[in-house]
Amino acid sequence: MNENQDAEAVDEVTKAKEPKVIKFDELDPNFKYEIQAEPSGEFITRCYACGTCTASCPVRSIEETFNPRRIIHMALLGMKEQVLASEFVWLCSTCYACHERCPQDVRITEMMNALKNLAVKNGYIHPAFTAQIDLIQGHGRLYEADAFVNKKRAKIELPELTESPDPIKTIFKATGLYLYSSEAKEAGSASTDADAGATTKPEGSKDE
Amino acid sequence: MSKKKFALYLGCTVPVRAQNYELSARLIAKHFGIELVDIPSFTCCGFPIKSVDQRSSLVMAARNLALAEKQGLDMVTLCTACTGTQVEANHQLKHDVKKLAQVNEILKKEDLEYKGTVNVRHFARVLYEDIGIERIKQEVKVDLQSLPVAAHPGCHFFKPSEAFENFDDPENPHVYDDLINATGARSNPYSERELCCGGAILGIRVDVAYAMAGKKLASIKDSGSEAMILICPFCNVMYEQNQKKIEKELEQKFAMPCIYYTQLLGLALGYTPDELGFKINRVKPTKILERIGAVSEKPAG
Ligand code: SF4
Ligand code: SF4
Repeated sequence: MNENQDAEAVDEVTKAKEPKVIKFDELDPNFKYEIQAEPSGEFITRCYACGTCTASCPVRSIEETFNPRRIIHMALLGMKEQVLASEFVWLCSTCYACHERCPQDVRITEMMNALKNLAVKNGYIHPAFTAQIDLIQGHGRLYEADAFVNKKRAKIELPELTESPDPIKTIFKATGLYLYSSEAKEAGSASTDADAGATTKPEGSKDE
Repeated sequence: MSKKKFALYLGCTVPVRAQNYELSARLIAKHFGIELVDIPSFTCCGFPIKSVDQRSSLVMAARNLALAEKQGLDMVTLCTACTGTQVEANHQLKHDVKKLAQVNEILKKEDLEYKGTVNVRHFARVLYEDIGIERIKQEVKVDLQSLPVAAHPGCHFFKPSEAFENFDDPENPHVYDDLINATGARSNPYSERELCCGGAILGIRVDVAYAMAGKKLASIKDSGSEAMILICPFCNVMYEQNQKKIEKELEQKFAMPCIYYTQLLGLALGYTPDELGFKINRVKPTKILERIGAVSEKPAG
């Protein structure tokens, strides 16, 4: 890690995002507490910016805009919008290389999930995931177990595959994730039994 | 030898997109007297949902654990991504009574409860721990002639290490190599051994995911390995199912066969390529099969 990295980091930020210079009065000092309130976000303040995560990161070695240390630094500074609205927040490949090496046990891989979960709550869900919610809610699994699949399975004497979507819908309704499904959006209703401590709510959804 | 019995957690990808893996894994289990029980009402482990809402993902994993527990069975997984999700969820639920209570509050709606008694292991880990390297070696019938192959178990085979009780060393893993070497093939080192497949970001940035997978394939090619040995259908989507596209994108030729460990072991145990589902492999390992004398059909009689 070289000493210029913070300078580089700010450089990348200014390149990627308006406004050109970070305005300190626009930072959100509560952002780090929001992150800490999410599951797996609690250890973000342990980071002492050593850069081991960035040096270990296979995504970073290909895509410069993804830099775990910088993301943590931006989050701690309170650059809420710049983090949550970014593309880079979605780019962690969950390899745990950084997790195993972080000297401060920040638990970065899981912390990245906390950031993504917050991005979702703030209306920035990545479309790739909307499609996955629909599939899993509709079929109980990521790929349909349709007649074609089962014909192929039968041919090589593998047992028939069934779908159990109902339990998943029950779970999604309880956690509030149901509201992000196309089914819920089409129904235009915001009725869930979100009593299990879930706080997820899509942007623009009506309150219960 | 006591009979081993487990709930088989197939996950979403294996039964639809990796039937050669499922077929060969069931055969290997049978060979070693491991009974695998199918639980049809298992649902997605929650891996894709983690990014959106970790709470939902945890309940999804817990539901599967509760179903296995109900039958008094430990869980065996085939997909490395499912393994990571189920193992981590289990680790959290076993160590955090508050989380467990919150999860059970939701599972109650389906008359389910998770008490925290299930163990989750990847099938390869079960082979290593319950069958053992020595027994595998004893059963080998076909000489794989020290075939140089690249080991890629997938990141979530042993990481995060604390959730996996450190059964392997995260910086210097050897369990998977030992399993490969036991078949008579040879786990051949390569420079990008640590590199993740990139599958998790395929839907976000296809170019970055391809670059990651391509970097690994190139390193394996350079090392002189003749095949890649996998135990994760998610990794396979990157290395085998997308190999042609990656070759085109990066203007490099890999032609790297991707073989599931259970297929490799099956060959060593004397099963035929057909029995092991090799017809489904996209990058055909024809040369390898010829060299070791594996034929498609067992001679009649
Ligand atoms: S390795 Fe840990 S302490 Fe070092 S910069 Fe990354 S998160 Fe911070
Ligand atoms: S887990 Fe994510 S942030 Fe950490 S090294 Fe892997 S890709 Fe990078």
